[in-house]
Amino acid sequence: MNIPSNIITLIAGVALTLISLWYGQNHGLLPIAASSDAGDVDELFNFMMTIATGLFLIVEGVLVYSLFKFRRRQGDTTDGPPIEGNVPLEIVWTAIPTVIVFILAIYSFEIYNRMGGLDPMVAGDPGPNQLAHAHHHAPQLVALDPQKQNIALGLGVSPGSKQGIEPLEIKVNGIQYAWVFTYPESGVISGEIHVPVNRPVALTMTGGDVIHAFWLPEFRIKQDVIPGRETKLVFTPNKVGQYPVICAELCGAYHGGMKTQLYVQTQEEYEQWIRDNTFAMNENTDQSPVAVNPTSNSQFLAPYAQDLGVNADTLAQLKP
Amino acid sequence: MSTTVERNVPIADTGHNQHPQRKWQDYFGFSTDHKVIGIQYLTTAFIFYLIGGALAEVMRTELATPDPDFVQPEFYNQLMTMHGSIMLFLWIIPAGAGFANYLIPLMIGAEDMAFPRLNGVAFWMIPPGGIFFLSSFFLDTGAAQAGWTSYPPLSLVASKWGEEIWILSVLLLGTSSILGAINFVTTILLMRMPDMDIHSMPLFCWAMLATSALIILGTPVLAAALILLSFDLIAGTAFFNPAGGGDPIVYQHMFWFYSHPAVYIMILPFFGAISEIIPVHARKPIFGYRAIAYSSLAISFLGLIVWAHHMFSSGTPGWLRMFFMATTMIIAVPTGIKVFSWCATIWGGKVSLNSAMLFAFGFLSSFLIGGLSGIMLASVPFDIHVHDTYFIVAHFHYVLFGGAVFGLFAAVYHWFPKMTGRMVNETWGRIHFIMTFIGFNITFLPMHPLGLQGMNRRVALYDPQFQTLNIICTIGSYVLALSTFPFLINIIWSWLKGKQAPRNPWRALTLEWQTASPPIIENFEEQPVLWAGPYDYGIDTETIDGNETVEDMLATVSAEGR
Repeated sequence: MNIPSNIITLIAGVALTLISLWYGQNHGLLPIAASSDAGDVDELFNFMMTIATGLFLIVEGVLVYSLFKFRRRQGDTTDGPPIEGNVPLEIVWTAIPTVIVFILAIYSFEIYNRMGGLDPMVAGDPGPNQLAHAHHHAPQLVALDPQKQNIALGLGVSPGSKQGIEPLEIKVNGIQYAWVFTYPESGVISGEIHVPVNRPVALTMTGGDVIHAFWLPEFRIKQDVIPGRETKLVFTPNKVGQYPVICAELCGAYHGGMKTQLYVQTQEEYEQWIRDNTFAMNENTDQSPVAVNPTSNSQFLAPYAQDLGVNADTLAQLKP
Repeated sequence: MSTTVERNVPIADTGHNQHPQRKWQDYFGFSTDHKVIGIQYLTTAFIFYLIGGALAEVMRTELATPDPDFVQPEFYNQLMTMHGSIMLFLWIIPAGAGFANYLIPLMIGAEDMAFPRLNGVAFWMIPPGGIFFLSSFFLDTGAAQAGWTSYPPLSLVASKWGEEIWILSVLLLGTSSILGAINFVTTILLMRMPDMDIHSMPLFCWAMLATSALIILGTPVLAAALILLSFDLIAGTAFFNPAGGGDPIVYQHMFWFYSHPAVYIMILPFFGAISEIIPVHARKPIFGYRAIAYSSLAISFLGLIVWAHHMFSSGTPGWLRMFFMATTMIIAVPTGIKVFSWCATIWGGKVSLNSAMLFAFGFLSSFLIGGLSGIMLASVPFDIHVHDTYFIVAHFHYVLFGGAVFGLFAAVYHWFPKMTGRMVNETWGRIHFIMTFIGFNITFLPMHPLGLQGMNRRVALYDPQFQTLNIICTIGSYVLALSTFPFLINIIWSWLKGKQAPRNPWRALTLEWQTASPPIIENFEEQPVLWAGPYDYGIDTETIDGNETVEDMLATVSAEGR
């Protein structure tokens, strides 16, 4: 194999490393990061960009160099050297990508774990079929049993376990072509999402008709919103501002129009917004779409217990 | 290292043979000749490429402005669904099958495929399937609108009959694909000429073996998913419909169990073609024959256990995301081995920059970008951000256009003299390459930043801040559309009026070049003799029976065959 003299190889290697390192940090391809998780994802992306730039320059460099250097001269009908392989070289170029992907996998795992992706408490999903059997006379899914958590669907650290701050719970419903946000604490229902800065936000999401995907580009998080299931997203915004909320899963003709805004506000502004909206809703109670359930889960379910084959013990466990 | 060999291969042989040839009418009927069927596949696929491309141009024109003003959003979704489905099921997959049909029996010294009638049947499912597919545009409800993935519940509520036609057409095309794959496996394993062991078989055959295994294992699962979806759609069952207790995520698992391997079904044949083209035009043996052959099988095996990386942000548990991240990343290793081996084959060679080789260079440099973004996408935290955005659109176009389509054009230029007995005009071939390469990069490179910045895919309307980059993409797509004209004119003109091709214009060593151009009906005048490995370029000392060199043998064989 005809490698250029050592000094040129060395200079090329240094230049390549410097260019890759610089571009990996300065590509400017991502929007601003509005949460600490987003910062982690950006670091991972920068790292991957550095490696990708290096590999890109090596391979494209070889190709462009060959294009000029190894061109067949007019009338030359001879062959190149009969090199069929080179075991050490092949081991090297198998080992290097293997090591790179192992490092990437471990790094990605670490970031994913830090974002709370492996937290088993994030979401409880008993699977829709189980529910369908229990309610064979009622085809619509009516409830999810939080005691039967077996698969985590979603992303984010368990509510309450991060920084010791109680997260702001918001219910998200995705319907063709709108997002509906319900604040259980205050009963506010809104088409926009307002959250205070630096407090964890826990979204519990479900789809009303087809599959949607809740995407916050500035937070680097996305989770499908699935009819008949609950999925979770937990994040902590750390920059005041206005960010787009986008539906990323094809949901019909006006899929592109299914977007709204997320407002990250100071605590005072957020409280003011909640007050304004609570007040507005109390003014016309009869028009309010919220039917506040005055009973606890167990009281509400008691009349159905016989029908469902649930005993008193199970019901007692349902108490919050 | 600098050993070179002066070859005395008879280039002047016109190959204008007196043996019986197929007539043009044969190409419009039911044939059992693998060469006729191969060309039937290729021309049919090409017609659908033009249709699929025209749909893409309408979409790009719509996307030049943020508002849905050129076409209605419903129609946009039909265009998008049909563009994707046509390009995958009616262009890339049948084109790969077309080359395999034409080349495999020739490459292994067989007279025909193992099951010639089955081969004809497999082809003749494609034109009706395609016409049926397109007919759904004329329904009241229009064509399918749920994307080529047809995820329920959306596919159950948008355009019922369009969706049903989509399902039936894909079932028909999938059946054709399975029949073809059974034929390839049997032919490759059982019909090789006696002297050819599996390790002296051309790499294209290895690639088709790996591809066919994926088709046989994956396609029936897609068929099962689509049949169940069809029941949900027209019989009111609830396999996947959450309103009846079904699970839409199960559909996604079944769909991707086929459709992830499908991307390898689309790219592996062209990996094979590139492995044939590069050694010939670089005049060097392929670097690492066994590594390339086995990496095809490794890709095929790993390809079956990565499907959930399409579902990282849907209903997938955390640990499953981690498993599929690991398997997906590992695929980079066999793919990397191939890319490095191709580069090493070129390195130090005597590279002819003809159209075939230019497209091979285009393939390597574009596929590299798609491969690198593919490794990034395997990383779960990053994929969660860019899933279902234009970054994905950019990634898979770099793989499937920059990879499969560039590989396909390279293959067309390389084997055109063999298939038609005519040479292609090289100047027009180079113009075609330059326009395609520039148009392709202008169209798809800006889609990376678009996706990263926040533009979701499958939308007819988008945020005005993304307009500048979208205009660039649209202009690129027009250049790409124009680039097909030099190709079409060149191919049609060369086919009718081009210079007569010798039997072996590239002085290649694989068996298909050792017979007339185009080959006679039963391929070889007499049983061919295997006198060299498929890539033994530059080897001057090897002898067959103690005193003859490879070149002497080649000259003898050519002279006898004339």
